[in-house]
Amino acid sequence: MATEFHNLQELRHSPSLVTKVFIQRDYSEGTVCRFQAKFPSELDNRIERTLLEETVKTLNSYYAEAEKIGGQSYLEGCLACATAYIIFLCMETRYEKVLRKISGFIQEQNEKIYAPRGLLLTDPIERGMRVLEISVFEDRGSGGSSPSSTMSSGSSAR
Amino acid sequence: MHLGVSESMRECEYSQISTRSSTPMETPYKKRTPKKRKWEIFPGRNKFYCDGRIMMAKQTGVFYLTLILILVTCGLFFTFDCPFLAQQLTPVIPVIGGVLFLFVLGTLLRTSFSDPGVLPRASPDEAADLERQIDVANGGTGYRPPPRTKEVVINGQTVKLKYCFTCKIFRPPRASHCSLCDNCVERFDHHCPWVGNCVGRRNYRFFYMFILSLSFLTIFIFAFVITHIILSSHQNGFLSALKNSPARYPFTVPLVVCFFSVWSIVGLSGFHTYLISSNQTTNEDIKGSWSSKRGKDNYNPYSYGNIFTNCCAALCGPLPPSLIDRRGFVEADVPQLAPPTNGITIYGSTQSQQSHTCDQDQCIQSTKFVLQAAATPLLQHQSSEPVILTTSPENGGTLPGRASLALTGPCTSLPLGQPTPPTSTSSLSCHEAADNNPLQESLFQHHFLTPEEVPSPPGMLHCGSPMGHSHTTQAGFYDPASQDSLHEDSVRGLVKLSSV
Repeated sequence: MATEFHNLQELRHSPSLVTKVFIQRDYSEGTVCRFQAKFPSELDNRIERTLLEETVKTLNSYYAEAEKIGGQSYLEGCLACATAYIIFLCMETRYEKVLRKISGFIQEQNEKIYAPRGLLLTDPIERGMRVLEISVFEDRGSGGSSPSSTMSSGSSAR
Repeated sequence: MHLGVSESMRECEYSQISTRSSTPMETPYKKRTPKKRKWEIFPGRNKFYCDGRIMMAKQTGVFYLTLILILVTCGLFFTFDCPFLAQQLTPVIPVIGGVLFLFVLGTLLRTSFSDPGVLPRASPDEAADLERQIDVANGGTGYRPPPRTKEVVINGQTVKLKYCFTCKIFRPPRASHCSLCDNCVERFDHHCPWVGNCVGRRNYRFFYMFILSLSFLTIFIFAFVITHIILSSHQNGFLSALKNSPARYPFTVPLVVCFFSVWSIVGLSGFHTYLISSNQTTNEDIKGSWSSKRGKDNYNPYSYGNIFTNCCAALCGPLPPSLIDRRGFVEADVPQLAPPTNGITIYGSTQSQQSHTCDQDQCIQSTKFVLQAAATPLLQHQSSEPVILTTSPENGGTLPGRASLALTGPCTSLPLGQPTPPTSTSSLSCHEAADNNPLQESLFQHHFLTPEEVPSPPGMLHCGSPMGHSHTTQAGFYDPASQDSLHEDSVRGLVKLSSV
C-alpha cells in the first residue's frame, strides 16, 4: 500500500483524483438522516469492509443523536418559543453542536484510516446531507490498477 | 504506471510554465477579484439580503402588504384605542397587545427570512454517478428514458421517491420542488405568498406560531375595538361615538381588517393545528397521500401515533441547520475527476456539465453534428494513430472544460467548482476550440462525439446510449468500415435539431 498519502494536506491538493464513490441516504426509517450500510464495490480492494461499515454506523448514531426528540430538544424548543426564537441568534442549537462533533470525527477518521489508503471522506453537510462522498485517489503504489478496473466495469455495464 | 508518472510530470511542467508566463498585469487583477459568497451563485429563484443572511422568494409584494396591514392596524389600535382602554379598564390591555404584536412580528420575520429547508442541487459528480446507477439498473436500454422513481418502505408503507430533473437528486420523502422558488424543499408544506417564502421543515414552526399568534392578536384587537365602541356609546350614544371621535378610522379600519382576518386566519390556524396533530404537510393533505380513501392499508408512516407527540415533534423538535451555506465562500479549487486513459468517463462528465446547456446551444451542436457526420468519410482517411490517442489527459481534459465554458457562456447556471483547463478560452463558440493546428483534427473528431451527449428535452438524460455510441464511433475510427453507427448518429442529430 502506498504511504505517500500519509499527509492529509498532500492528499487534498493532489491532482490524481480517480473517482468518487457516493453512499446514498437510507430512508427506510423515515426522514431521519441515515446512510446506507451497503459496502460499495469500487472500494473492495482499497479498504476493509468492517472499517467503512464502522464509520458509517458511528455517523448514523451521531445523526440519530442530533435528531432525537427527547427532553433536551423539548426544553430547547419551548425556551426558544417563549423568547420568540430570538435565543437562536445567541445560542447554538444541539443539532449544530452534534454537527461540529461529526466534523471532528470525520477529520479524525480521514487522518487515521482513510488518507493512508488513498481515500478521503467528505462531510455530508457539505453535500447537503444527500450523500457520503468518498474520493478515491490514485494508488501510486499499486500502479493505477484501480482506475482501469473502474473503467472496465463501467464499459462492461453497457 | 509510466503514463501516471509522465502525466504528473507534464502537469508539474505545465504549472511551472503558467506561473512564469503570468504577467504582472494578471496578478493584480487576481488579487482585486473578491471571493464570491455562495448565495451570489445560488441557482434557485431566491432573493438574498444582508450579504446572504436573509433569504426570500422572488415575489415579495404580498409580504409587504402583510407587513403594512399588521403595522397599520396595530398602530391605529395602540394610538387611539389603547389610551382609552387603559384609562377605562386596565393598563394590562396595551401590555398584552404589545407583547402579542412583537411576537407576531418576530415570527413573521423569522418565517420570511429563514431558509425553509432548501436542498442544495447535486454536484456534477453526484449527478453523473446517479445517472450511471440508474442506467445500470435498467440494463442500459436505448433511448427510452428510465423511470425516475425509487421505492422505499417506511414503517411498512411503500413510499415513492421521485427524481428531480432540476436538482438532479432523488427527493427525500416529504420533500417537494417549489416551482416558484425553483428549489427542492425538505418537508415541503406550501409556498406562502403572504410571508414571501416557502414553508418547509426549517420554518414550519415559525409559520405556525405566526398564524396562531396573529389569530390571537386579531381576536384581541377585534374584541377591544368593539369594547371601545360600546364603552364610548354608553357615555355619548352610539352614533355620536362614531361621528365625534377624533378620527373615525381608528374604529373602522381595525374593525374591518380584523373582521375579515379573523375568519381566514383563525380558519388557517385550525387547519394547521389539525395537520400538526396528524403529522401531515399541506401538500400531503391536498394530494390525499395518506387518506384512507386511497386504500384500506394506507396510513401515515410519519405519525407518532398520538397527537401530543406529533405536536411536540413538529414544534419542539430539533431545528436542523441550513444546508445551503449561503455565506460560505465559493471554493475555486475543488478537485474534479481526473481524465482517464480512455474517453468514456470524460463523456460522462461532459454530459453532466452539458446538461446545463440551453436550447440555443443544443441547436448549434446538433447542426454541427449533422454537418460533421456528413463530412466524416473524408475525415476517416486523415485519421491517424496519434490523433486518435487524443483521449490522453491533456486534450481529453481540455475539451470538456472548454465545451463547458463555451456552453455556459450564455447560461448563468454554472455548476460550482468547474475546472478551468489551462488552454480554455472564454469564447462562446465550440468552433473556436480548434485554435492550435496539431490539435485541430483531434478536436474536430471530438466535436463529432460530444453533441451526442447533449440531451434533447431537458428531462431525457440518458447516459448509456451516448456512451455506447461514443464507444462504437471510437471503434469506428479504428475500423473505417463501420458506417452504420455514423449514419445513426447523423439521424440522431437531425432528430435533435427537430426537437429543439
